[in-house]
Amino acid sequence: MSTALIIDVFLWSSVAVVGLIALRRGRPVLVASVREGSMDFINIVPRVALGVIGSGYIAAVIPQEIITGWLGPNSGWPGVLTAVIAGAATPGGPVIGFSVGAVAMKAGGGMPQIIAYVVAWALFAFQRLLLFEIPFMPARFVWFRAAVSLPIPFLAAAIAMAIGKP
Amino acid sequence: MKDPALDDDAAEADGEPRPGHIRKPIGWSMIVIIVLVAVSAFLVYRRDGVDGVTSILTHDLALFGGILPRVLAGCLLGAFIAELLPHEKVSQSLGPRSGLKGLLIGTAFGVIIPGGPFTAYPVASALLSVGADFGATIAMVVSWTLIGYGRAVAWELPIMGTDFTLWRIVISLPLPILAGALGRFVYVRIYRKGPP
Repeated sequence: MSTALIIDVFLWSSVAVVGLIALRRGRPVLVASVREGSMDFINIVPRVALGVIGSGYIAAVIPQEIITGWLGPNSGWPGVLTAVIAGAATPGGPVIGFSVGAVAMKAGGGMPQIIAYVVAWALFAFQRLLLFEIPFMPARFVWFRAAVSLPIPFLAAAIAMAIGKP
Repeated sequence: MKDPALDDDAAEADGEPRPGHIRKPIGWSMIVIIVLVAVSAFLVYRRDGVDGVTSILTHDLALFGGILPRVLAGCLLGAFIAELLPHEKVSQSLGPRSGLKGLLIGTAFGVIIPGGPFTAYPVASALLSVGADFGATIAMVVSWTLIGYGRAVAWELPIMGTDFTLWRIVISLPLPILAGALGRFVYVRIYRKGPP
C-alpha cells in the first residue's frame, strides 16, 4: 500500500504547513484551530466507525450480480438511467463501488453505462452523502449540490458514447 | 463531551459560527444508516452465523483503525483553513462574482485536496463559510469526487485498471466547471431576493 502511504504523507504535510502558518500568526490561532479540529474529529468518529464497520455488512448482503446485471452493453439510455440509480444506491466505500464497476466491465457491460455508474456512485452514493456530506456541510448546500449534479452522469455517458472506447 | 465555556471562547476568537462544525453528532441521517447496518448484520448472522459477523467485524475494524489518522488530519486541515483564509480574498476569488476563474480555482482545489470525504467536506464547508459561493464550492466538491487523485490512485487504478481510470478522468475534466456554472445559474434564480 505505498500509494496510501504517499497520500498520508501528503495529507499530513499539508496539515503541518497550514499548522506552521497558523503558528506564525500566533499561538492562540494555532491552539484554537487544533481545538476546533479535534472537536470535529471527536464528533465525526462515531459516523466514520458506523460507515466503515457497517458498510461491510451492507455489502455482504447485497449481491453484486444484481447491480451488474443492469448494466448490459446494449442497454442504451435506459441502461444509463439504471446505472445512475444503481450508483446512487450502492452502499459502502470505494472498494465496493469500484468492484461493482470492475465486475460489470468483466461481464461485458457497456462502457457508457459503467462510466455513468462510477460517476453517479462518486457523486451520489447515499451512504457517503448521509454519513459525511450532510454532517459537515450545510444541508441546503448538500441538496442543492446533488440536484445540480444530476445531469452530470448522463453527460459523462454522452461524452463516452461520442468519443468511444479508449 | 462538549464544554460550553470552550465553545464560547472559540466563538469569541473568530467572531462567527464555526464552519464545518458537526452540530448534531447523531441525526436522522445517522439513524437511517444504523438501521440499515443492524438489519444487514442480522441477515449476515442468519446466513453465515457468528463467524460471518465476526470476520466482517475484524476486517472492518482494521480498516477503521487505518482510516482514523486521516480523519483527524482532515478535521485539522478544515479547521486551519477556516481560521487562516482571509475572508475578503476568498470571496473575491471564489465568490459569486468570481466568474469562470472562480470555478477553475474551485476545481483545482478539489483536485489537490488529499484524503477522503472526511477531508474534502470540512475543507469545502470552511471555504463556504469564508466567502466562497455555492457555484465554486460545487465545482470543488464535484472535482474532488470526479478528478481528485486520492480516490483514483488508491482505489480506482488498482480495481478498474489504468485505461478505464484515465479515460474516465479525461471525460470528467469539464464536468466540475459545468456543475459549478449550473449551480450559479440556478442559485441566482432561486435566491434572487438578496443574499441568504
